[in-house]
Amino acid sequence: MKVVLENLTKVFPSRNKAVGGEVVAVNDFTFEIPDGKLIGLLGPSGCGKSTTLYMISGLQKPTSGKIYFGDDDITALSPENRGVGLVFQNYALYPHMTVKQNILFPLQNLKGSDRLSKDEMLQRAYEAAKLVQIDELMDRKPSELSGGQQQRVAIARALVKMPRVLLLDEPLSNLDARLRLQTREEIRRIQRETQITTIFVTHDQEEAMSISDMIVVMKLGVLQQIGAPQDVYDSPENLFVAKFLGTPPINVFDGEVRDGKVYIGNDAVLDAPGVADQFVFVGIRPEGFELAEDGAFCCELRSVEVMGRDVSIVSANPAAHTPVIRSIVDADNKVDVTAKEVRFNLKPHKTFIFAKETINWSLGAEGKTIYKFDKVNQKLNAVVEGKNYEMGVLLTDEEIAKLEKQAQQSLSPVAKFFVKQGKKIVAAAQNKVAPIVNFIQNHIPEKPALTGEFTYKLAMGKNSEGNTLYFAGGVDNGRLVVTDDIANAINLHAEIVEGGYNVYYLDGETKVYPEISVENGENHEKRIFL
Amino acid sequence: MVDSKHKWKAWLYLLPALVLLAVFTVYPIVNTIRLAFLEDYNMMLAARGKVFEFGFKNFEMVVQYQGFLTCLKNTILLCVLTVPISTILALLIAVALNSIKPLRRVLQTIYFLPYVTNSIAIGMVFAAMFNVVGNIASDPPLIETAGIINNFLGLFGVEPINWINGGSSYWANMTVMIIYIVWNALPFKILILLGGLQSVNKQYYDAAKVDGTSRGRVLRKITVPLLSPMIAYVVITGFIGGFKEYSSIVGVFGEAMGPPGSVGMGQMNTMVGYIYDSLGGQHQGRASAAALILFAIILAVTLINLQVSKKRVHY
Repeated sequence: MKVVLENLTKVFPSRNKAVGGEVVAVNDFTFEIPDGKLIGLLGPSGCGKSTTLYMISGLQKPTSGKIYFGDDDITALSPENRGVGLVFQNYALYPHMTVKQNILFPLQNLKGSDRLSKDEMLQRAYEAAKLVQIDELMDRKPSELSGGQQQRVAIARALVKMPRVLLLDEPLSNLDARLRLQTREEIRRIQRETQITTIFVTHDQEEAMSISDMIVVMKLGVLQQIGAPQDVYDSPENLFVAKFLGTPPINVFDGEVRDGKVYIGNDAVLDAPGVADQFVFVGIRPEGFELAEDGAFCCELRSVEVMGRDVSIVSANPAAHTPVIRSIVDADNKVDVTAKEVRFNLKPHKTFIFAKETINWSLGAEGKTIYKFDKVNQKLNAVVEGKNYEMGVLLTDEEIAKLEKQAQQSLSPVAKFFVKQGKKIVAAAQNKVAPIVNFIQNHIPEKPALTGEFTYKLAMGKNSEGNTLYFAGGVDNGRLVVTDDIANAINLHAEIVEGGYNVYYLDGETKVYPEISVENGENHEKRIFL
Repeated sequence: MVDSKHKWKAWLYLLPALVLLAVFTVYPIVNTIRLAFLEDYNMMLAARGKVFEFGFKNFEMVVQYQGFLTCLKNTILLCVLTVPISTILALLIAVALNSIKPLRRVLQTIYFLPYVTNSIAIGMVFAAMFNVVGNIASDPPLIETAGIINNFLGLFGVEPINWINGGSSYWANMTVMIIYIVWNALPFKILILLGGLQSVNKQYYDAAKVDGTSRGRVLRKITVPLLSPMIAYVVITGFIGGFKEYSSIVGVFGEAMGPPGSVGMGQMNTMVGYIYDSLGGQHQGRASAAALILFAIILAVTLINLQVSKKRVHY
């Protein structure tokens, strides 16, 4: 039975009514699960995978969207009418019933013409038990069974109704490591034999990769990627997916694309023809490193771990997100363990680059400066005339005092710089740019008054060429105002008017800027294909 | 183990509790057993130094005394009738309370109120509700007001019933007592069963829902078995409480333990009532013997209950 989810959304109301704020557990899911396949819903806890499963089972009602089994719209059907078998995380076997009674229970619920004779019921129960190889335990109570056996009973109970779709919620999480390996093969075998479309939920990427025909990677209620396990591993669409799949995990670096090359620090590690200059994340799979005397990528050697077939080289790089990076090379390679550094060439198909910014936003027609917010590092970037500035270095009080003084004199070099650039920028943060508000609030502790008085703080950004950009920003009634017109910013007042924001400068000039536009809001950490 | 050198310290710490237990629990128990076997015991004579013979005469007197069988019958009837009714009602109310969200707290409080109210006071209220002012026994009956219950029944065309007044029948009295005791026993049972229900894993119900289990089947096949330890507990404590029934009857009928105008001991008297009566008549020996018999009955019933629940209580 094919399962189709169409714009499936689940919103939970806030627990605390005073605070408000809903939780979007599942956000606009659309995907199709082909008939007779084993599908793994994969993601960290809280990503909405169990909610999705429960919506398919009917135990939870979607806020919006539709669910189809085959061509039937089953969104409005109650669980018992959907023909699903559900295996709970803790199995939910009735403790007072024997294995046999547990497996028979769903059949005994059937009424009318669906009801089977006693012999038929028993036969079906034994068939299901045989399939999961527990037919010798039929008279035991669940408490007399091991975790793995209980799991099988739960599967048998779900299968005995011959469901159209079998759903398993974290089927392996309550088992010990050895049983887990065994049971996942078992689930695979049962699925192959029954050919029932099976959906299971897991947070363990290895588990999902090893047995699924298809994996669905989720994060915070948003579908990240869907595909065959190997395809998703080989070609992650964003940094999250790249990081979530693979053990040891992918190594992530801060990098930059400059003049058609990918740089990590000062090492040009990869060609990136046709990619615009920008800061990026570089992800390199452990198996993506090749030892080379004259390799482009230089790291500080820490240790070498011999694993027989492979050698794991532990090294460090200042641009890496983790203290050490791990690369796995063939054991034929001889590594000089006494060396201070190690050089690699990178395999292009094992190296991915990802866009850094979540949100780009710019202002109306006049806005030539683009601010980009880097959610991972909580950094604000500004692009002025095609050059990147990493913003967000908060100035000390002395530096601010100095700047203010300069600005008061209004002919300071800083002011001159901005007057020459002619940039006056005000940005408003709506819901979509909430992270920026957070950012500013983190850096600007005082909450400004709601009226015209506008409190600001000064921060400084630098680009890779060492140029400095000053900017002032503040939050007014939850709306962010940022300007790099530092001289005027110091005497800046802002107020909200219909259709935009009035910005008043002390020289009497008033400009109304239209609403900010958010570009590529979901571009965050998206893979840049080379 | 405590170092033997410091053992005396342990005893020292236990001493206050041990002294209190010895004086107020152990000594009365031992003395009750002693008195039960002393023939013709009398406190006054004992104080003068009279020595009594050891024997079973007290037990003979208890069993032979005609009021005893009435008391025993009343006690057993009250237990056998009220415990199942109150348990089933409590279970249904607990399940209903557990399945609603709005007003749950309010209803929970309302159902719990009888528990914190004095049983004599409730008894008096019940008496007022069933009371008939006037003379219902005379022919024709002279009725000033028939009481709220009779008036309510009157809405359905029922003639006023003599519930508790002079000349009322045994079963009328019994019905009043059953209603009162069931109502009074509900809060504790609801509390225990509701607590049990709330600790039942919700996934059992989700699993039943996916499998299309009807509500009745969920109650019979899942809720009741999973609650069986709590049900066993309320049944056992219900029986123990039932055998000690006394204050409820005093509350409704007063110390006469029966409708006014009856001769001798009230027709609603119970085992505990019998023991009090004996004490009042300076028959400490007979009272002790009756107390031991009551203890033996409660012990036997509890053992039977435990035995039955071993088969019925799951896991």
